[in-house]
Amino acid sequence: MNQNGPLLARYAESLFWMARYMERLENLARLIDVTQTFESPGFETEAWDALIRIHADEADFAKKYGTPDPETVKHYYLLARDNPNSIYGSIEGARTNARTLRPLISTEMWKHLNVFHRDLALVQEDELSGDSLSRLCSRIKEGVQTHTGITEGTLFRDQGWHFYEIGRLIERADQTTRLLDIKFHRLAPRGQEEKRQEERTQWGGILRAVAGYHAFRRVAPVDFGPSDVCSFLLADASFPRSVLLCVSQAEWHLTQLRTSYNLRGTLTALEQIEEVRAALRDFRSEELVHEGLHDFLDRLQRDLIALAADIGTAFFRDWRPNAEPVAPPTQTQTEPAAAEAEAPSSS
Amino acid sequence: MAEIPQDLFRDCDPGPYICELQPGRPGDNGAAQTVRDRICAIGLDGLRARATAAENDLMSLGVTFTVYSEATAIDRILPFDCIPRIITAAEWRKLETGVQQRVAAINCFLSDIYHERRIIRDGIVPADLILGNPNYRPEMEGFPVRFGTYVHICGIDIIRDQEGEFRVLEDNARTPSGVSYVIENRHLMRRAFPDLLAGMSLMPVDDYGRRLREALTEIAPESVLDPQVVLLSPGIYNSAYFEHVFLAREMGVPLVEGADLTVENDRVFMRTTAGLRAVHSIYRRLGDDFLDPTVFRPDSMLGVPGLIQAWRKGNVALANAVGTGVADDKAVYAYMPRIIKYYLDQEPILANVQTHICREAEGLAYTLDHLHELVTKPVGESGGYGITIGPRASKTELDDARAALIANPSNWISQPMIGLSVGPTLTDEGIRPRHLDLRPFAVTGRSTWVLPGGLSRVALKSGSLIVNSSQGGGSKDTWVLAEDSRR
Repeated sequence: MNQNGPLLARYAESLFWMARYMERLENLARLIDVTQTFESPGFETEAWDALIRIHADEADFAKKYGTPDPETVKHYYLLARDNPNSIYGSIEGARTNARTLRPLISTEMWKHLNVFHRDLALVQEDELSGDSLSRLCSRIKEGVQTHTGITEGTLFRDQGWHFYEIGRLIERADQTTRLLDIKFHRLAPRGQEEKRQEERTQWGGILRAVAGYHAFRRVAPVDFGPSDVCSFLLADASFPRSVLLCVSQAEWHLTQLRTSYNLRGTLTALEQIEEVRAALRDFRSEELVHEGLHDFLDRLQRDLIALAADIGTAFFRDWRPNAEPVAPPTQTQTEPAAAEAEAPSSS
Repeated sequence: MAEIPQDLFRDCDPGPYICELQPGRPGDNGAAQTVRDRICAIGLDGLRARATAAENDLMSLGVTFTVYSEATAIDRILPFDCIPRIITAAEWRKLETGVQQRVAAINCFLSDIYHERRIIRDGIVPADLILGNPNYRPEMEGFPVRFGTYVHICGIDIIRDQEGEFRVLEDNARTPSGVSYVIENRHLMRRAFPDLLAGMSLMPVDDYGRRLREALTEIAPESVLDPQVVLLSPGIYNSAYFEHVFLAREMGVPLVEGADLTVENDRVFMRTTAGLRAVHSIYRRLGDDFLDPTVFRPDSMLGVPGLIQAWRKGNVALANAVGTGVADDKAVYAYMPRIIKYYLDQEPILANVQTHICREAEGLAYTLDHLHELVTKPVGESGGYGITIGPRASKTELDDARAALIANPSNWISQPMIGLSVGPTLTDEGIRPRHLDLRPFAVTGRSTWVLPGGLSRVALKSGSLIVNSSQGGGSKDTWVLAEDSRR
């Protein structure tokens, strides 16, 4: 048995991106869910506008819809076919990559993704409002979790699996920074005491959105403050969505690729992970939470982008610089072979 | 209280046609009657429920082909009919040897036309039919291929006429599709209709991947001990992409696209995470034109620059070889009985459908005189386009066909109307006869192996003779009965 067989660079790239798209899907559902809980009467638009700003989609959104309101923002992130950052765009991206990976991934993974894609492609406008929205978000999260579980249980653990996991972990780390960021785009025009109370509610909301509320309660001091929540979400070594845990696991996968598969070119990426870790070590101060958290999160996001680029340069794109993970069809071949499959039989 | 099953075949009268599920055919060991009885026991509602579930299953699994419209790609399943078609052991012996004979003759023919051209010198096939053929590749002249095999994968379209005779309708010697459905249909039957298959002794279909890999390994350059085989696909936007995935998986080889391969020093490599890896044998599912932009279409981005040169240097094998399209040309087809006789000194085991070649004065005159009773086909089209079925055509359609024939006679052949055999098929009205064809698949490396059975395509519309998928055809599981175990 040849377990150390070659892996096409394109497959590695597609696995990385398929995992990222799926993870992005789940996190977008979390973001939408928490945004809805942050809506307060009279300030709904501000709440939804935050979603646009943390995705840096302002220009694209303005071009397509003009001034944001809750309905158009929800449409943009849940249904829009021309928004690659939407729920639809993400599942489409995941499935397109999965199609190129069909020789590699398990039938169960493919079947679930294919059915999930069909389910999400049929989401209707009326599912975006009222209590339907939260149910839809749960459905999306559970769909991705099913995918993750099927993958854990069925994907062959060769080097392709490591690329899948690295993609998933980088995306998850990135999305955790975005979720925290949403807090800072939120207007809280209240008095001091009211504000403190509402802030606590909001931190609770964020923790619940990442399924971390109860775990946080177990480890946090009784009288916890914002910096405790932030260090839990960013730097707790045991919380599955913390940036620290994600990059540490990514580091392990990179090391495996280096030692078990003799892949060169992991060094820059490993150094980049050290950068992230160093930044997280520095993160402790109360002041940062109030003054500089947004900038800090920004820097983390840039570091994670750099990490992905290092991996891409080392393993995916050295041979096709700047290639998109899945390019649109630049040329559809009318291959005679394909037509022959449908040759007539009339006599 | 046991209910007596209704006879669901009561209204399934094949009329003047041969029925492929008729009990008592030579070599039928009772299987046809057993299938009929079991279908009746399942009942119409049961059949429908299971057929729907099975088709949903195909959709979920993505066992699909892709249809393109202006902006979108739609995945469609090949509609699946749950009533199998039976080929008896005796019938299969004839089909198998007939296909092997035909593939052997095709390979002799290709070898000859790219080398000595004896067949032209001896006046068997006219020179311009070969040398003027758009699929003729001068690049192949004088180039040797291992074992003289040009066509490694061949799909031969066969129909059965009203006398029960198998006749070849078309040879597909380039990159024939459909074998994945043969195997998937059987898996689907085993999941959805285990009671129909219980105790049946059938020839297995799941050996295809192994045989194909074996052939591709055999044809690799002799100096390579452990050849790397790959399947080269145009990618996910190709309508046969599912099949490419299927075959790569069954063979256990990488499915590559053009951009995954590169040629250095006339050797082919694939780009992996660990750098370049040598490739020695390529099952390519790209047409000749798209293989190498430095030799063929310069605008094609699907192929690999330098691939043909690497091949000509003997560093990599291609299946099928370049330039095999000459052999499956509809005009060359008319000469196949003579080609078989010429190279093998044998009578064809499988007959052709009688074919009039309109490029010849005699053929044109006959066709024009009998247009209303003939099927006229353009030589250069596929997919059922441009066909006129004389007996069913309107006056205007016949006039149009006549004008097209006169304008460019060499683009046309004509054939008599054949009464294709039928198979009982589940329709909205119940079980009814529908016309069928059969595409067996032959794999040739050192020798030729034929997958038992083949793709049975069925015209789902009443009375229709068009079985191709782009025009609403479906498929059936094709059972080849094993040789009688009592012998």
